[in-house]
Amino acid sequence: MIGIVGFGAYLPRYRIKAETIAKQWGMDANAIIRGLQLNEKTVPGQDEDTITISVAAAKNALLRAQIDPQDIGALYIGSESHPYAVKPSGTIVIDALGVGPHVHVASYEFACKAGSEAMYVAYSLVKAGEMKYAMGIGADTSQGAPGDALEYSASAGGAAFIMGSEKVVAEILFTHSYTSDTPDFWRREGEDYPRHGGRFTGDPAYFKHVMGAANALLEKSKMKPSDFKYAVFHMPNGKFPQEVGKRLGFTKEQLEVGWIVPWMGNTYSGSSPTGLAAILDVAKPDDMIFMVSFGSGAGSDGFIFKVTKEITKVQNRAPKLKDYLDKDKIYLDYGEYAKFRKKIKLNE
Amino acid sequence: MITARYHREVPQRYRLEAGKCTKCGYVAFPPRLVCPKCNTKKFKPIVLKDEGKIITYTVIRVGPDKFSKETPYAIGIIELNDKLRLTAQIAGVVDFDKLKIGQKVKLVFRKIQDDGKAGIHMYGYKAVLA
Ligand SMILES: [Zn+2]
Repeated sequence: MIGIVGFGAYLPRYRIKAETIAKQWGMDANAIIRGLQLNEKTVPGQDEDTITISVAAAKNALLRAQIDPQDIGALYIGSESHPYAVKPSGTIVIDALGVGPHVHVASYEFACKAGSEAMYVAYSLVKAGEMKYAMGIGADTSQGAPGDALEYSASAGGAAFIMGSEKVVAEILFTHSYTSDTPDFWRREGEDYPRHGGRFTGDPAYFKHVMGAANALLEKSKMKPSDFKYAVFHMPNGKFPQEVGKRLGFTKEQLEVGWIVPWMGNTYSGSSPTGLAAILDVAKPDDMIFMVSFGSGAGSDGFIFKVTKEITKVQNRAPKLKDYLDKDKIYLDYGEYAKFRKKIKLNE
Repeated sequence: MITARYHREVPQRYRLEAGKCTKCGYVAFPPRLVCPKCNTKKFKPIVLKDEGKIITYTVIRVGPDKFSKETPYAIGIIELNDKLRLTAQIAGVVDFDKLKIGQKVKLVFRKIQDDGKAGIHMYGYKAVLA
């Protein structure tokens, strides 16, 4: 049996409300809250980035897995906000965790799906028998241009998954990826903020790829939506994952636990992975979980998990996603937010 | 060159690696070359527990240039559960009046500073209220 042996998530404590952003730009807050189904989003502290978020999530995964970090043979971080343009994030993360130096490390990039890529490769290496354990992390401190629709969603957070074959808490039964060249969202080298194709990000991009991967997964597994206890899809806003779930035949109840976006925002590479972590926090033995990520550019990675009886032993060994989502929040006004996100020009 | 020193200090700054004297058991953090108790030069690395309490603290309201945009912030002397003491920023404090000596803290991995606009990012430990 191959699958997740440890999982952990992390969200920063800072928040900004959609209402605060809307007020800054003279927009109708209610229209945004209702239209995009976004109430507030996480904001990284001035001392937090993709690397520190990865370390925090990975430490929680290690607390749950209770394995020797030295047994981890590979560590991959998927992000669109790696702090360095040239220099891997993972080298810093392994040294903070006590993993390696006998370890394979790489940074992945694929807009919002880089985290599920890291998970997929980590899983595949363990399945191939190359190593005992491998860790896949999705983390981001994403940025939206001031006044752009993305500013309401682009948030910070991440989740880490240790793949292995002993004491598996969620077995991976099937995977499927669906990819095509679709320019729905991009950021050119040297640009501060990404650009997107507006409405083009919907049907030809998000829906086509998520449904492409989801339908292929259902076909491969000979399962139907009602066979699953939970489903989680990439959450660029509140609306899209609900809509794609409905189109595929999943119910609101199946989506509820993993649908954390209204209070978290879109954590990009950490989006569906943090949703999965929220599900694993409360899942019971034999629950089936359906997950499909999405990354602009564009592609989707799908997974079918079966929760094992080991899950109940590990759930309370580390903080849960809900703890980070609901507790100790610090609200920022727009000025503080602009400072935190380095949107203000300073003298050098 | 700042990168050489930074690299040398990675084990202590990233994962609280201390040196334990193999002869008398003295624990040095940061690690030392010679044991101040018995003059032995043999240490084995141990990783300190990341939990402790605030022994004393001060609130910085006018910071040095590099930290001038992060004020106010608290700096504290933390005694770890291993009884070892270190100095660290106490991050994420909203109400400094509620900060108290004896409060329990946990050390977390955060970015400490940048070496200018184009230099390396430097990471290490900070304390957060437990
Ligand atoms: Zn000694």
